[in-house]
Amino acid sequence: MQNTSKVIARPVEIKSSKKPLWLEGLKKLKKQRTAMVGLAVVLFFILLGILAPVLTTQPVDGFNPEKTLIPPGSDHWFGTDDQGRDIFTRIIFGARISLWIGFFSVIGSIIAGCLLGLVAGFYGKWADTIISRFFDIMLAFPSILLAIAIVAILGPSLFNALIAIAIVNIPTYGRLIRSRVLSVKEEEYIMSARAIGMSDGRILFRHILPNSITPIIVQGTLGIATAILEAASLGFLGLGAQPGEPEWGKMLADARQFLTVAPWTLLFPGFAIMLTVIGFNMFGDGLRDALDPKMK
Amino acid sequence: MKSYFARRLLQLIPVLIGMSIVVFSIIHAIPGDPATVILGDHATPEAVVDLKAEMGLDKPIVTQYLSYVKGIVTGDLGTSLRTKKPIMDEAIPYLAATIELMLISMIIAIVVGVNAGILAAWRRASWFDYGAMLIALVGVSVPVFWLGLMEQWVFAEKLGWLPSTGRINAREPVETITGLLLLDTTIQGNWIGFWDALKHLILPGLALGTIPMAIIARITRSSMLEVLNVDYVRTARAKGLSELKILYKHSLKNAFAPVLTIIGMLVGLLLGGAVLTETIFGWPGIGRYIYDAIGSRDYPVIQSGILIVSTIFVFVNLIVDLLYARLDPRIKYR
Repeated sequence: MQNTSKVIARPVEIKSSKKPLWLEGLKKLKKQRTAMVGLAVVLFFILLGILAPVLTTQPVDGFNPEKTLIPPGSDHWFGTDDQGRDIFTRIIFGARISLWIGFFSVIGSIIAGCLLGLVAGFYGKWADTIISRFFDIMLAFPSILLAIAIVAILGPSLFNALIAIAIVNIPTYGRLIRSRVLSVKEEEYIMSARAIGMSDGRILFRHILPNSITPIIVQGTLGIATAILEAASLGFLGLGAQPGEPEWGKMLADARQFLTVAPWTLLFPGFAIMLTVIGFNMFGDGLRDALDPKMK
Repeated sequence: MKSYFARRLLQLIPVLIGMSIVVFSIIHAIPGDPATVILGDHATPEAVVDLKAEMGLDKPIVTQYLSYVKGIVTGDLGTSLRTKKPIMDEAIPYLAATIELMLISMIIAIVVGVNAGILAAWRRASWFDYGAMLIALVGVSVPVFWLGLMEQWVFAEKLGWLPSTGRINAREPVETITGLLLLDTTIQGNWIGFWDALKHLILPGLALGTIPMAIIARITRSSMLEVLNVDYVRTARAKGLSELKILYKHSLKNAFAPVLTIIGMLVGLLLGGAVLTETIFGWPGIGRYIYDAIGSRDYPVIQSGILIVSTIFVFVNLIVDLLYARLDPRIKYR
């Protein structure tokens, strides 16, 4: 008998009727009104930051003795400060600083937190014990105090404030990804990936990480809000931005003594911080509801 | 329960050791020579050598750490470089001031936050719900130091209702017993002093309590929403219990566990926020003690201040964990 193979049917083409997951998420997100309002606020501040040099002709820094403490008016929408600097100009340039610190400190925390969390969750045993204890110890310090300690070591500057904020938030993301890894690694597709001899690195970064990232994205968005607040706090304490830099927290610290004579010097930078943080919080909340209903 | 308590205490040991290492490392992590950094660039070499000897920086690092831990255990936190006084003696009155401020903030946050959350959940999708949640959203987003400054502007400067700085009217000092002025004035029956201390507490207490209040309101609302739809609440309604009893007795009891956890975590937020609030309101607390130390590079004070505050935080969370077990008998501890 001849051993022939005959094609009796064409291989089944698997067509997924479902759209990619992120598109589904986006669709759900569009229905979240709060998320959209939050996104609009965030985009508004991003645009302000990008277009800052176009929106104003006033200098960001310098001393102008003829224009000190002018109340808000048509020439200076938000008034001027004790150095005669236009507050509107400083606020829109300040948006760059706050958003920059917010984004990059969170990205830093996520990268470090994910690496540690993946290792802890995937390898378990002593790696997990060491990393989890490390997280416990960091979380034992109130975050702003730990940030203050780190800046006290590194020296006060905007960049060091960013580093400090990134470091103190590492355990938040690390713990989150660790708990996700613990459940994802028991899934069948991870077992099959192991069975076909896939390397640990590939399993971790091609399979486990993408399947654990949703809560990280949500937490990251809310984390930007926290990071902006922390940066402003450090700036206010004189541990972040240095004299001359138009950072919102630092502006408030400098204007403190003019509370009674020129309240506008305090009003607008505070509103700017609050609105940006509200924007990220609303967007993050909506994102959570759209992408991760379980986290509600 | 007893074994759980013992295990939970044992778990604290590595965390406390880790904390002591982190705090100890602060001074050694300074780039360059710590003694030179503390004294500034213009310090004479003799002064640097003297300071190193004074702080024990010339000894091997393990010896330094061990003597540091020995100091902590025996209640010796070193001496302040600025005032030359023992930090332990200096810190206690500051600590009392912070604890008083935190207690008031926490009371405001819990009373207002929990009730707002309950009402918002009870009248879901009503104007009250939307209003309360909007305020809560603003509350979690407002920088505490800005809120404090705005309060000072409105209530102290414009309206003149409340004092803007300090703990008590300097012209009428109160004799301290516990360091908690409200308690001290009550013990002494000094009601004028009590009223004065309370007035000084309101603005900083409100500023510090706002963020926790907003967080508590949000958590209470979502936790209550889960509980309000379950069978026993329907049964309670069916048998004609008053809404008040249903909300506060039947529902809140079951919805309170997540709120309690959050309250424990919020203590950390309060302790951190205290640095900012105390700076603004001239409140002589541990937060301002640390802040002033940073300005004068008084590293031993920075180290000890952070250690004290974090230790309080760790123990508060321990208490919360234990309360949790008491409150919710469904949680089994092995």
